[in-house]
Amino acid sequence: MVNLGSDEIIKYPFLDEAGKYLSDKGFSLEDFALNSDLKKIVENAFERITISLDGHIYKSDLTSNTASTTTETFSFLIAVILLKLAGMNTLTRRFSLAEARRAEKFLEKDLKNQHDDKSRKISLEILQELFSVTIQKEDEYFTIPIVDYLKHSINFHEREWKLINRKITNGKVQLTSHETVRLVRKELDRYIFSKINSSSSPEMIQGFEPYVTKLKLLAKKFEVKTVESTEYPPCIKHAIEVLEKGENLSHSGRFLLATFLLNKGQTVEQIAPLFKNAPDYNAKVTFYQLNQLSGTSGTVQYKCPSCEKVKSQNLCFPIPECDPIINPIQFGRKRV
Amino acid sequence: MNEKDVMLLEDTFKKFYFEHFDLLHVPESPKLREFGFQKFNGGMNRHITLKSDKELHLLLMQNKPSDVYCSNACYRFPNLPMTEKDWLNADLIFDIDAKDLRKTHSVNNSVIKCSDCNQISSLSDSCHNCESTKLAVITLTCSDCIKSTKDEVKKLNQILTDDLGINPQSIEIFFSGNEGFHIYVPKSEYQEIGSKERAEISDYIMFRGAIPETFGFKKFNSNKSSLPKFEDDGWNGKLAKQLYGTKSNRSKSIQKIISGGYSLFQKRLEQFRDTIGIKIDPNVTNDIHRIFRLPGSINSKSGLTKIFVENLEKFDPYVDACFIDDEETNVKANCPIKFSLKNKKFGPYKNEIVSLPKFAAIYMICKGIASTT
Repeated sequence: MVNLGSDEIIKYPFLDEAGKYLSDKGFSLEDFALNSDLKKIVENAFERITISLDGHIYKSDLTSNTASTTTETFSFLIAVILLKLAGMNTLTRRFSLAEARRAEKFLEKDLKNQHDDKSRKISLEILQELFSVTIQKEDEYFTIPIVDYLKHSINFHEREWKLINRKITNGKVQLTSHETVRLVRKELDRYIFSKINSSSSPEMIQGFEPYVTKLKLLAKKFEVKTVESTEYPPCIKHAIEVLEKGENLSHSGRFLLATFLLNKGQTVEQIAPLFKNAPDYNAKVTFYQLNQLSGTSGTVQYKCPSCEKVKSQNLCFPIPECDPIINPIQFGRKRV
Repeated sequence: MNEKDVMLLEDTFKKFYFEHFDLLHVPESPKLREFGFQKFNGGMNRHITLKSDKELHLLLMQNKPSDVYCSNACYRFPNLPMTEKDWLNADLIFDIDAKDLRKTHSVNNSVIKCSDCNQISSLSDSCHNCESTKLAVITLTCSDCIKSTKDEVKKLNQILTDDLGINPQSIEIFFSGNEGFHIYVPKSEYQEIGSKERAEISDYIMFRGAIPETFGFKKFNSNKSSLPKFEDDGWNGKLAKQLYGTKSNRSKSIQKIISGGYSLFQKRLEQFRDTIGIKIDPNVTNDIHRIFRLPGSINSKSGLTKIFVENLEKFDPYVDACFIDDEETNVKANCPIKFSLKNKKFGPYKNEIVSLPKFAAIYMICKGIASTT
């Protein structure tokens, strides 16, 4: 456990140490509904959630006196209770993301702080403890072992996060304080989300109902409906064209086509005729392989490869509609 | 391959294995590895477990395989189907092959075999016999090709040690048994990373996916760009040499690059992939379930042995990896060019029966340019 001061408890109220601070105070949840001073914290907590739903970050009072530490930290805890009572996943997702962004700002500021070694040390300890990332300060940069870097950066799609676009020396990647914190953003969000998710759901508490009802109403505006066009992405069109012309489609092209159509719900019987024109067509082999891919004769159903993989196999022929997607299966899907 | 050829190869390979058990060892943690082998004219046998060198030697004697493989990965249950093996970790491996370095084939070391009529001719765009264009190119011994693969191995070694921080003592180089090298990094900090992470390492080594910003080019304020210096670490320093040639040329070159604009610089970076990127086969490095040719075994594409290379500079695969004896062997050879093996010159042969040392006869049969009948 990281040894936090009161400033850090306000900054990172999702840490175990912050939870300990709260339990030491000895309040019960009912106190928050009855005590007029504590009621203010419930309002604060509700506000903390609604701010996050608007995509903003809750601003904290970092005056470091006992009163502000209590209010700030309790507002997080009560927000979690309200979310648990509302039971709407979409609210929890947005809240944990906003809290992650909030913590990210503090982490970055503390890492950058030249005059406060203690804060910097604590932020490095938090990164080490939560995400097993060993970060060292070297001149004006932070360095992180390549293996640690890859574990986190691998899910980023921006080209700047590719290893080739990083300065690396002797097994370590150089990062700015902003990049260091950005690297763990997703995990920070996931960490806070899973902490909220795994905490037990209390019974409804008198005085909390109006807030919970309001939250349930607010959640409705986040319901998303999607429509999907029936048009195939260009990579799939290309694969079909190649087969229609009787030309040889590479193994990876066949894999792409078959897994795409299977994932779109087509059956092996519907897909098999597409391969009839292939120069090496063999009905038995085609059915065997399609059954393997569909999971009917194997243990797993194979997924359609990602756009990145398709690109690396020279099977990608992107058009502007491909811009927002990372897997061919998402092509033509739109939110309404 | 006809039955007589298969019998000769099987007997020769078996004799080699019997006489060179000292070269054939199971790798570290054998019980956690998957082994596999192929027989001549046969399919692949996988998901085999071996506990010791003795079990490996027994498998070689009983099965007379054409090729033997072992996983670079360790599994909890290596003999179960792939989805149930329970992957634990894998050595980092690299494959550098002359075929990936060649821009064109040379008439001096390549011949063509027609897929329609099986005619073997000197290098050309169509078959000399039936004019078919369905051709397979067969490459024979080529010291220039080996030299360029060695250079590539040295460049890879430098990146592995300087950039990836791998201890030089942990890098093991093997001749692949045909026309390339296999580089192993066992027991490194990269042991437990998955396929996606390995793909990032491959891209780094191959200089794939670089963007101008990485090298200090500012897209929206190009005059404030700060391009690489010669003394920079990693790719920056290497790119500086390519971009400016000499130190004195730097400022002039920078001005030219900046006035050329972002897109042009991006294009140049993509072109540099071919010149400075290391030509590894990314499929090998990225595959964490591969069974890779076992060190000490014969490569049936050539009859040469996959062998540990102690001194890359001095290593000559056409001498040091050729273990088959020189017993006189009659074959019908069809090879329109000369080649050299164990410091002896052979060919050209015009579809004629010749008596050759067994190592040359085996080499030619493996290459598909000779037969016992």
